[in-house]
Amino acid sequence: MNKIKILSPNKENLYTYLYSGIFLFSFSVLDVSLNSFFSLNLTGFLPSSISFILPLILGFIGLYLIRIEYSGIKKLDLLNKNINTNNFNAFLSLIIIFVVIKASPPLLSWFIIDANIAGDSKDVCTGTGACWTYIKIWFNRFMYGMYPNAEQWRINLSFIALAFLGSVGYFASEKFKKYLTLYYVVIYPIIAFLFIFFFISGGPIFFDFSYGIIAAVISIIIGLYIPSKFKMYYFIIVPITLYILLKYVLFYEVLIELGKLEALEWVETGAWGGLSLTFIVSFFCLIFCFPIGLFLSLGRRSDLPIIKYISIGMIEFWRGVPLITVLFMSSVMFPMFLPEDMFIDKLVRVIIAISLFEAAYVAEVIRGGLQALPRGQYDAAKSLGMGYWKMHIFVILPQALKLVIPGIANTFLALVKDTPLIFVVGLLEIVGMLNLAKTNPQWLGFAMEGYVFASILFFIICYTMSKYSYNLEQKYKTER
Amino acid sequence: MKLDYKNLLPQIITLLAVVLVFGFFSYNAQVNMENRGITFGYGFLSQESSFDVQFSLIEFDGSHSYFRAYLVGLLNTILVSVIGIILATIIGVVVGIARLSKNYLIEKTAAVYVEFFRNIPLLLQIFFWYFAALRALPLPQDAEPMLGVFFLTIKGFFVPAFIWNNLDIFIYSVIAAIISIIFVKIYARKKQENEGKQTPVLFISIGLLLILPLLSFLIGGSSFSIDIPVIKQLSKSGFTYEGGIGLPPELIALALALSLYTATFIAECVRAGVQGVGKGQKEAAASIGLTPNQVLKLVIMPQALRIIIPPTTNQYLNLTKNSSLAAAIAYPDLVLIFAGTALMQTGRAIEIVSITMLTYLTLSISISILMNWYNKKIAIKEK
Repeated sequence: MNKIKILSPNKENLYTYLYSGIFLFSFSVLDVSLNSFFSLNLTGFLPSSISFILPLILGFIGLYLIRIEYSGIKKLDLLNKNINTNNFNAFLSLIIIFVVIKASPPLLSWFIIDANIAGDSKDVCTGTGACWTYIKIWFNRFMYGMYPNAEQWRINLSFIALAFLGSVGYFASEKFKKYLTLYYVVIYPIIAFLFIFFFISGGPIFFDFSYGIIAAVISIIIGLYIPSKFKMYYFIIVPITLYILLKYVLFYEVLIELGKLEALEWVETGAWGGLSLTFIVSFFCLIFCFPIGLFLSLGRRSDLPIIKYISIGMIEFWRGVPLITVLFMSSVMFPMFLPEDMFIDKLVRVIIAISLFEAAYVAEVIRGGLQALPRGQYDAAKSLGMGYWKMHIFVILPQALKLVIPGIANTFLALVKDTPLIFVVGLLEIVGMLNLAKTNPQWLGFAMEGYVFASILFFIICYTMSKYSYNLEQKYKTER
Repeated sequence: MKLDYKNLLPQIITLLAVVLVFGFFSYNAQVNMENRGITFGYGFLSQESSFDVQFSLIEFDGSHSYFRAYLVGLLNTILVSVIGIILATIIGVVVGIARLSKNYLIEKTAAVYVEFFRNIPLLLQIFFWYFAALRALPLPQDAEPMLGVFFLTIKGFFVPAFIWNNLDIFIYSVIAAIISIIFVKIYARKKQENEGKQTPVLFISIGLLLILPLLSFLIGGSSFSIDIPVIKQLSKSGFTYEGGIGLPPELIALALALSLYTATFIAECVRAGVQGVGKGQKEAAASIGLTPNQVLKLVIMPQALRIIIPPTTNQYLNLTKNSSLAAAIAYPDLVLIFAGTALMQTGRAIEIVSITMLTYLTLSISISILMNWYNKKIAIKEK
């Protein structure tokens, strides 16, 4: 009887079990840590195979001995509840602890202790650790691609300005809060567009773009006097006509001359690259894919058969093909579909392709939200005499979009993670730049450092985004 | 009846826009192709392709047709997708269950894995495994054999191959075993419905799966021998392995990256599925006297699977589509062989890109039709 009692820890001899258990457990942890940090082997006198698994056995027995239910010691109960509920769990916990202890010295030494960051050539990297010098020297290229060094302030300035303008919503007073949606949906994207094209690209493109602004302003002013029945068609047709008129008929010769006055050095999009290109591409695709996706999802739920089936076809087509073939299409097949003399910039083609691709996913996410709304919402809105657009803008979409915040955030995350694929058309964002740097004959053999660096960057960006979306979800969570 | 112009107008405008865009595109395509002197058509598929492929499941060299090149690419895509799906399911289910564990360390480890691998672009992961991790492997001549017969080297993973005699008899026996298991299952269900008696289906199935193939060895005359890879010197410093099956490093890197990446999403699906089953279900099942195993098998799993399977299938589809990233590390899949090499050689952009897209489209649409059917079938019938 006594033997069995020893084997099953109980409350009567609490401290005997506790101390022996803690001793065994800490001995095993100590053994493993000494082994991995100082390569000392406490149990070296034993045969190697026994010495290898001894900590595991000792730790296991130790955990077994301290597994006393309702011991009355708060910390012990907490420990038992969390990592030591039964034999299997104790075993897994031990393995995780030991693996972490075993893995930390090599990782630490690679990342920090044996790593080099001083100097500015490959020669300083003699240690066994990482060569952060490589990242330091190439940092500029990883961030800005082939963008000329002297002009990089333009990218910095635009990003800072855009970030500042983007955060305006937080400082807006109550009086202006109601205009925020308009600001973020219409004005902010236009400002961003201007920044990218005027500042980052430079050259005469700004003047070309200004026709668009003039056309938009004129059509909005005229639009105020148009009966609301025709407003939707009006805003599709008139701005485009005005733009074409302005560009090709009225001011064609005059503004071409003006356009030659280059305010800033023109940097072709082929030279853009690095992390800034990742941001530019994700930013524009994000702006464009949301409205397209919104219209597609509304179209898919429409009662009008032609619109419905066109939307279904669009959505299923883009969802059915891999992004890489879409990019292939935009680079090799799309030029065949355009007139001989018409040329669309590579970057613009890529942005259009990715936007259409992601729009299909956004559409399906939003459709999920629309379907989740009870019928009563539609009926109530209709019974108040609201039309289709009024009903959707004021009643349906605010509720549906709130429901699908996590889904939209996931799609946007996927978008950011898909941007490296633009290597297919020869644009080099950060992953492409890494591959370029890796093959530089002066810096061979540092692939690992580059990929680790980029992984950390992407992890930070994506993780922050997902946490932010989680906060947003919590903020807008309302009981219905 | 008054014609409802309010409904008709938007439809006509949309249709007109779509027709105009398509018309514009096809007109330009015609003009462009005329200028370049090529005619639209799929006749080139039977022409002789004059390129070679590093790794293919069926015999292929320069004398075969472009259509066969397409098949080679398709098979390679399917191969990497199947390997990826199997690995991703295993990892995903284990991690998903680990995330539900009450053990703090296990739960946190699984969470760190999911957050980490999910937030890094897949392409970066593929590059990492191919250019950084697998490049650190030993050269063929320095490789230590694992269990004596597996060789993991910088040139790929070399495993022993089975050389079969009378393989068909063995396959027939396995098929026969599966069919008889289905019959046993049907019989067992009928018996339970009629008499309330349970039949140990699992043991019978395992027995059938063991005995029938065994019989094919003893009586049917099927047998196999093992072909172990042996190192062979090509030149002074060039070594390779002969015999066995060599999996190229591109395949390993791709399968590894795809499965580790997709497993994070599958893990989340599994977690959501199990958490989606109400606590009351478990308690109710236990209160009517079911054993814990029965609760899991008869109450939890059927309901959890209902939630798990649709998104998981979606992930399988994503994995298959993502396998097209193979082009980045030169694994000869559909996109690389067909939309890459064959397109460069023939210059038939429209035909080749359309075939490639159509292949993926067929695959995903057929799976989504299957999924819709499945969803309808398992949907809880509400009154």
